[in-house]
Amino acid sequence: MTRTLHERMLLSGNEAVALAALRSGVLLGTGYPGTPSTEILEAFAALGGKAQWAPNEKVALEVGLGAAFGGARALVTMKHVGVNVAADVLFTATYTGVSGGLVLISADDPGMASSQNEQDNRNYARAAGVIMLEPADSQQAYDFTGAGFALSEKFGLPVMLRMTTRVCHSKSIVTQSPLPQPQATPNFKRDVPGRVMIPAHARPAHRRLREKLARAAAYAENCPQTIIEKGSKALGVITSGVVIAHAKEVAPDASFFQLGLSYPLPLNAIKEFVASVDRCVVVEEGDPILETELRAAGLNIEAKPEAFRFGELNADRVRRILEHDNSPEAALAAGKPPMLCEGCSHRPVFETLNKLGCIVSGDIGCYTLGVLPPFSAMDSCVCMGASIGVGLGLRHVLPPEQAKRVVSVIGDSTFIHSGLTGLAEMVYNPPPNGHVLMILDNGTTAMTGQQEHPGTGRDLLHHPTGHVRFEEVIHAMGIRHVVTIDPMADAVALENAIIEALDSGQLAVIVARKPCILAAPKIRVYERAAAEKMMATE
Amino acid sequence: MKKVTNVVVAGLGGQGVVKASDILADAAFRAGMDVKKSEIHGMSQRGGSVASDVRFGERVNSPMITRGEADCLLVIAPDQVDVNRHVLKSDGVLVSPDTVANIGKIQAKTVNVALLGVLSTHLDIPVPLWEEAIRANLAEKHHKLNIEAFQRGREAARSTQA
Repeated sequence: MTRTLHERMLLSGNEAVALAALRSGVLLGTGYPGTPSTEILEAFAALGGKAQWAPNEKVALEVGLGAAFGGARALVTMKHVGVNVAADVLFTATYTGVSGGLVLISADDPGMASSQNEQDNRNYARAAGVIMLEPADSQQAYDFTGAGFALSEKFGLPVMLRMTTRVCHSKSIVTQSPLPQPQATPNFKRDVPGRVMIPAHARPAHRRLREKLARAAAYAENCPQTIIEKGSKALGVITSGVVIAHAKEVAPDASFFQLGLSYPLPLNAIKEFVASVDRCVVVEEGDPILETELRAAGLNIEAKPEAFRFGELNADRVRRILEHDNSPEAALAAGKPPMLCEGCSHRPVFETLNKLGCIVSGDIGCYTLGVLPPFSAMDSCVCMGASIGVGLGLRHVLPPEQAKRVVSVIGDSTFIHSGLTGLAEMVYNPPPNGHVLMILDNGTTAMTGQQEHPGTGRDLLHHPTGHVRFEEVIHAMGIRHVVTIDPMADAVALENAIIEALDSGQLAVIVARKPCILAAPKIRVYERAAAEKMMATE
Repeated sequence: MKKVTNVVVAGLGGQGVVKASDILADAAFRAGMDVKKSEIHGMSQRGGSVASDVRFGERVNSPMITRGEADCLLVIAPDQVDVNRHVLKSDGVLVSPDTVANIGKIQAKTVNVALLGVLSTHLDIPVPLWEEAIRANLAEKHHKLNIEAFQRGREAARSTQA
């Protein structure tokens, strides 16, 4: 779907980032699907940008870094926990720096609407030494994305644009303005000391990083992203991200300091602001990062009580912080929890695992819902790919009668993302009684909204591309017992296949393959289009 | 401070909650107002509770509506009324699925838009802008049925109010 672009538009934060990336001359967008970040690359592709799904976030950031080494602007998107996967790249990409602008979107999920933790990725800016921008709404998502590419090139550093669920998925009005354009076109320039991080090169590179950050801090003192609004002298609020909107709601007359560029901190401007008001409160969502850093700088500020470290902030919670209202907060009304769809191909798998009394080491995806009644068939879920490693660990130490019941369950997209190395571990360090891995292959990245991945053989726009075939990979890695089964076809056959694998005492992989019931009609359309195209070219 | 109108649209994943709030936000946008709209996506795809906040007026700050601040609550699933009632102001307007129960046969897929028709009689947004917003947010083949559902919703509201 190609959209008509108008001057004034009602856009989600994700759409605003995509539009700004397009208008900033980004040559490549890459990432891995993850709520709340997923729509950015889809919108970028819909606008005509070159966008692709990577197998995981680490690969995405490597591809983006390579593009930026080559002098191109690149956009890399992921959810907060994805940055953990990409962190290995990030911590040295700040040493190498970049030539073309590299903007990494970290979409955090305070309150955990759809995540396994609520880590605060502002910590990564400090830990890796990366410039951080934090938009509050869609207009800033547009403006700051544009500024991010220019800043990345100005300082020769990757820029992390931290969004949160309420910025990604809220819609607000965006007025399009022209954005800074790339100054060069892609061209390879050899820079061995700058790009090859052997210790002899990395030592001076670390010093260069700190010098760049010092220059960025000086820039932050007076830049368009450091937004100071003078109001009443009685109250000053220092904040970042969407919280500024809540604060203006409840204290419209206050003075505000929005850290649009939240790392490195513009400490002099903050000191001046603190001195200019009678009472200064730091209101931040998540970890007490600004509070700690401003207190370390000797500033006399107030901050939120520990209770507000948990979950999202909203106008009412910001009011409580500002008014020292410590009365108990009303519990959120219990809505209807999500569940596996009627007709979902995961259902019979979890019914069977429950019936057989298996110890199920689970993973991240729709199938995590197998934990809920009536299935109640999952015993752990930690992070992408953990099903295999955790299952193996259990198998190694449990008494044999328990160990023999352990099954690892992983989805198709998650298997590509982080399961391949787990499978190598399974082959290399087999537990005494073997192990059983089930790959629930529903032909799509279902939970995030049916994105493609290397195991589907279709690209982000659903056109045919290279296809990683699971059974061939599993065989090639050394597993002899590989069974493919349609979990919806025959409940008895499914149960027998699992029993046989458990009883074999060997390493076994069962591929339970049936398309997601929501994705199946679309998959048929993609397959028909591909077949017609092939016929036309023959 | 200038008046901001707060509307919460609620229901279950798959009922068109987000689509209805998209249409409402777009209609307010077309009326030249400042608009913010916010909801949680993600696991709601799997049939769970979904609620979307839409705020519009001369200037809107926070994208979220807090407890007791909604002027209107539009609910598509009967069992989600009680779950969401706490957002309504004491004199707020509830648009429940009962409102369109007696308007004759409409397709299940258009109940969300029929309820927008009811809602529209409580808001100051011109009907042509609602219809433009419906067309802009739905594929062309669905335009006719949804415009009809919207009109039926308006008629149902007027007959109850009269």
